[in-house]
Amino acid sequence: MKNHVKAILGAAVLGLAASAASVSSADTLSDVKAKGFVQCGVNTGLAGFSAPDDKGEWKGFDVDFCRAVASAIFGDPSKVKFTPTNAKERFTALQSGEIDLLARNTTWTLGRDTALGLTFVGVNYYDGQGFMINAKKLPGVTSALQLSGASVCVQSGTTTELNLADYFKANNLEYNPVVFEKLEEANAAYDSGRCDAYTTDQSGLYSIRLTLASPDDHIVLPEIISKEPLAPAVRQGDDKWFNVVKWTYNALVLAEEYGITQANVDEMKSSKNPDIQRVLGAEAGTTLGTGLGLDNDWVVKIIKGVGNYGEIFDRNIGAGSPLKIARGLNALWTKGGLQYAMPIR
Amino acid sequence: MEQTNLAYARTEMAADERPPSKEQGVVAWLRKNLFASVPDTILTLVGLVIVAMILPRVIDWAFINAQWTGTDRSYCATVAQGGIQPDGWSGACWAFVGAKFQQFMFGQYPIDQRWRVMLAGAIFLALLVPLLIPSVPRKLLNAVLLFGVFPFIAFALLVGGVFGLPFVETARWGGLMVTLVLSIVGISVSLPFGILLALGRRSKLPVIKLVCVIFIETIRGVPLVTVLFMASVMFPLFLPAGMTFDKFLRALIGVAIFAAAYMAEVVRGGLQAIPKGQYEGAASLGLTYWQTTGLVILPQALKLVIPGIVNTFIGMFKDTSLVAIIGMFDLLGIVRQNFSDANWASPQTPITGLVFAGFIFWLFCFGMSRYSIYMERRLDTGHKR
Repeated sequence: MKNHVKAILGAAVLGLAASAASVSSADTLSDVKAKGFVQCGVNTGLAGFSAPDDKGEWKGFDVDFCRAVASAIFGDPSKVKFTPTNAKERFTALQSGEIDLLARNTTWTLGRDTALGLTFVGVNYYDGQGFMINAKKLPGVTSALQLSGASVCVQSGTTTELNLADYFKANNLEYNPVVFEKLEEANAAYDSGRCDAYTTDQSGLYSIRLTLASPDDHIVLPEIISKEPLAPAVRQGDDKWFNVVKWTYNALVLAEEYGITQANVDEMKSSKNPDIQRVLGAEAGTTLGTGLGLDNDWVVKIIKGVGNYGEIFDRNIGAGSPLKIARGLNALWTKGGLQYAMPIR
Repeated sequence: MEQTNLAYARTEMAADERPPSKEQGVVAWLRKNLFASVPDTILTLVGLVIVAMILPRVIDWAFINAQWTGTDRSYCATVAQGGIQPDGWSGACWAFVGAKFQQFMFGQYPIDQRWRVMLAGAIFLALLVPLLIPSVPRKLLNAVLLFGVFPFIAFALLVGGVFGLPFVETARWGGLMVTLVLSIVGISVSLPFGILLALGRRSKLPVIKLVCVIFIETIRGVPLVTVLFMASVMFPLFLPAGMTFDKFLRALIGVAIFAAAYMAEVVRGGLQAIPKGQYEGAASLGLTYWQTTGLVILPQALKLVIPGIVNTFIGMFKDTSLVAIIGMFDLLGIVRQNFSDANWASPQTPITGLVFAGFIFWLFCFGMSRYSIYMERRLDTGHKR
């Protein structure tokens, strides 16, 4: 019942959001430059993606994307203000102009692109819904297809619940969903053995492992039951601002491809490689940056501010973080992944 | 006049006999309170067994095994979990609370500006405490300072932007500070408005009565969660593009009108309990409506409903946690938000954080409850049991 009410309310919000899409202001880049900071919508708390550190500063993969955009415009990663948004209010926050940019592990879907009037700038994290099981409790289970009759812990109110139902229905399997409102409730229930399996986005499974009593007993099953390409989004109808955010993402990935890091970006400016020179705005008479409405050394500013895509990944969710998520699909295209940046030239 | 010449009269009282040994001391207390009858004895023993089973574990977890210091999750995780504790360890992770304590109190309020919050808190305490102690004089001046002057000082200090204080937007407020600001404003707005609404609802003037009834019944008929949700998600869509309305202010108004509606019904209960004779007596003395209300009715009515008023206050204090729905972080919200910090993710972190938040909430609610009991006893002159 409660979920029905939510669904109805949600539908009402979506309808209104769509009708409001047309009233949003047109020149976000000038507005941002005038007010002196980027207002960025992030998750209220998702391990590795956006969470406050001990000092209360926002840290994370999505947070660093916001900082990258701020660096590109102002040359200062701190010129950004964060608005924590939850799953329900994130789109209206963007539509109403409360935020300039939404970097909140949001899945790129057709419905959101059209009905909600969003424009996604590029997939900065390829995620997918997976399963985790306790291998000690269910020995021999190596595939989600063996989970017939299992009870599955899942968090309510997200597409996770829907994907779960679809998957088990499509494969003619029985299951008992054990639904929780709060993440830590679901974690505790799974850890205490109330469910046989836990399902959420794979990036989430890694952070949940950190909170389990004996993480080594748990394995993540190989099946990915949904595609969740997470992408930052801006309002439709402001191509100039869309370009700035889109090319910030491309510059981050491209910098990793060329081996430009926070540490060596200044040396790289005198590189002999014309591609690198072009990217860093060191080429004589270049207008690549000014064409975007930024300075020509905008990529230098981004990399100095936050590092390249790989550095951001490592620091927040990869090997350099407690989460230790493998690059997987998010490796560069040259290394067997899907991260492929459009050329800057 | 003393009559010392009467031989049979005592000149002084005989010393009291000591009560029988079974009627005094620890033994008597135990017999009276714990072992008075067979069912009592059984209940006592069962209770003792339960306490003996639970208490040592709680103490073990909260104090003996607890990890008090540390800089990241490894201090609160076992070796298998990637930490330093022996396998099978279970203890509170107070290091997490220690590392995040400032944040739990102030949210993301700029670190170098936090003295402003503390100063505002100190001024508030300095004005509130004398008001609460009945024997301290100058109550009127004190009340004027607290309710008339302090809000402006607090606004200037907390929000800033005046007197050279940097502006701090409310999006950076959080933690206990938000809980207290919301509940203090809610409490001090809801009581006067609640009284006015209650009087309005009993008014003989139809328009006033209708307006008050509609207000109270509408607000009481809608869950606070819905109002906050509407205020944060739907409201911005009705405003012109680019115009935003401070979220915190929205929450503040929502909480205050809610508390006022509930308070009105509590106060009305008190008004209902005043016998008609009181009104008639006041009328026979020639008192006007406001004199009757202010001098005769309200003092009696409010005294009757102190438990109900404090109940509403305590309920509201805890309801402030609902602002998490609109992306504001009160004490509970910010504790939960910090569970998502991967640097501190461990099996013990959430439970420790929640125990801490629960303890702080309990402190405030218990304090309010004790003070209300004290006030009830002090004012309870007519119905003392």
